[in-house]
Amino acid sequence: MNSYFFTQPFFKKNGRAIAIYFLVAIIFWFVFLVIIPQLYMLDLSFRTNVPPLERGGPKDFYTFEHYQHFVFGSKTAQDAFNFVDLGVFGRTILVSIFVTLANLAFCYPIAFYIAKIANPSTARLLIVSLIIPFWINELLRSFALRILFANEGVINNVLTGIGIIDQGILFITYDIGLYTGLIYAYILLMMFPLYNAIESLDVNQIEAAKDLGSSTFRTHWRVVIPHAKPGIVSGCTMVFMLTVGALATPVVLSSPNTLWFPQLIYQWFNMNDNWSRGSAYSIILLIISVIFVLTMMRIFKVRIGEIIR
Amino acid sequence: MSADVELSNVSVTFGSFFAAKNVSVKIEGGEFFSFLGPSGCGKTTLLRAISGFQDPSEGNVLIDNKDMSGIGPNKRPTALIFQNLALFPLMTVSENIAFSLEVRGVSKTDRQKRADELLELIALEGQGEKKVHQLSGGQKQRVAIARALAVEPKVLLLDEPLSALDLKLRQRMRTELREIQKRVNITFIYITHDQGEALTMSDRIAVMNEGELEQVGPCDEVYNNPRTPFVATFVGENNPIYGRIKSIDGKTVEIDTPDGIFRSTINDNTNLNINDDAIAFVRPESLFLPRSDDNFDNSLPVIIDSFEFEGNIKNFYAHLKSGTKIKFSVPNAIDTSHIKNGSSINLGFDSQKSIILPKAPLAID
Repeated sequence: MNSYFFTQPFFKKNGRAIAIYFLVAIIFWFVFLVIIPQLYMLDLSFRTNVPPLERGGPKDFYTFEHYQHFVFGSKTAQDAFNFVDLGVFGRTILVSIFVTLANLAFCYPIAFYIAKIANPSTARLLIVSLIIPFWINELLRSFALRILFANEGVINNVLTGIGIIDQGILFITYDIGLYTGLIYAYILLMMFPLYNAIESLDVNQIEAAKDLGSSTFRTHWRVVIPHAKPGIVSGCTMVFMLTVGALATPVVLSSPNTLWFPQLIYQWFNMNDNWSRGSAYSIILLIISVIFVLTMMRIFKVRIGEIIR
Repeated sequence: MSADVELSNVSVTFGSFFAAKNVSVKIEGGEFFSFLGPSGCGKTTLLRAISGFQDPSEGNVLIDNKDMSGIGPNKRPTALIFQNLALFPLMTVSENIAFSLEVRGVSKTDRQKRADELLELIALEGQGEKKVHQLSGGQKQRVAIARALAVEPKVLLLDEPLSALDLKLRQRMRTELREIQKRVNITFIYITHDQGEALTMSDRIAVMNEGELEQVGPCDEVYNNPRTPFVATFVGENNPIYGRIKSIDGKTVEIDTPDGIFRSTINDNTNLNINDDAIAFVRPESLFLPRSDDNFDNSLPVIIDSFEFEGNIKNFYAHLKSGTKIKFSVPNAIDTSHIKNGSSINLGFDSQKSIILPKAPLAID
């Protein structure tokens, strides 16, 4: 059995040591980093919240109470539904969709410019300028934006200073700071799939369209965007998933009276010490993300293989 | 409807490099005109200047006597066929063909009708729903032509569109292109480095070298009466024999070479005087094996080096006493079994089949 195992083509091709290393690495990643945590969280989300000592005891049983709580709220509540949590959830999804679309609208022209218009040295400069700010931690970047957007912040001071406005704009209160921060936070994950997709388009295709009488808008709509579709879907899925799961940016930049769904999850885990409910909320977020990806794939008729190229 | 295309002193520079230098030529409406030249000679740049993708640094492009400066490629009455065809891979064949109509807002039924007409023209009826990748090389070629013809351009520009095809297909497409041109009767401007392609299809050709036009004229004229050593050696094959002018008598010139004195012909507009450095050119097919009844006015003593069989002809590689290489070809029907490597023979050629030109660089293959 042992010798049979090692005569498989995989071992012959890579040599025994490297083959074993590959297998161990892949199995470790898949089993310990993907399967077990997710299964554990799924299991936890269906259990009652009991202190660790009482685990396996009579109070530890399977229940839907955490999911029920998400929809209907606590049993003692007056309202028919858990409007607060559902509201936070719905708003998080909607804003994330908006952030994703805004990101796409912002990145497409830049990606196109870098990929097809700029000369190589300008393109390099632009790519470096995109990357350098991301050497700074997400939390710190959010604080930097907070400083810019604060009521007495840089932007307001400049605008009032030159007399465009009399009073500071409430960027934070109206969550303008939050949206800006979220759009900026994952911009690279939109930019690079888009850039890669557009870059691989033959320039002759664009010129051919133009030569056949197509306007710039038409050329993009019929030639460039269809070609870049896998990149668009890939960028959108990644930006959506990361935005919907963002924590640091909302903590720093959201207005005091708005909550981001991951903040809610964080509260259940850390402040209320209810890991089961936190898990249930996390699972709900995971399901929504999967539905979003599948919907995007369905709408744009893209296969998973094309997205992760 | 066809249109005249006129280039008037067109120069295109990239930095200090002249991609095209002071090019002036008038292409008649309905003509099949080719720009022929080695790669990098500026022919594609000229085509891009005509189609509107490249603004001339100096000079003007006129189509139907109208100055085209400031008019974009999407507003010119030209259509360009790209070297790699640039068909849209995500669209069907019909969508490709009707793209130019789609962008002009033509209704779907009219678009379909026109696409079907064009599919018939290129003998691809009923294949409109296929994706481009399902077609063969020759079919793609024809779709590219149909797509370019859909808006009835007055001028069709072709940038070496046959270069990716295999030999047989390329030869067939030459005939087909020529037929399509006759049928639609519009101006075709063709770019190629393949002189066979240019000669078989074109009404006239322009030979280009380093951004400049060397010679413009009907194919046979360019082939038979090249104006420069570059043209003489780029269009078809030619044997150069270097020497000095010994005498000029009307159109007949004697040239003194290390291998003897030969008689050659001078063109009307060639300026040569006694003692000038010159090159006499004689083509491989104009050199004949000696026969008793022939009466050539030149005899060229050569030593045979090697031989190659091409099918319809046999090519012999030889050298003169001075070392000058000579190639000559003999129809396969003629018996050459007595010619062995190393044997010395005298080849005959007619002074009228030879051209003399002032010394200048040749086309390097």
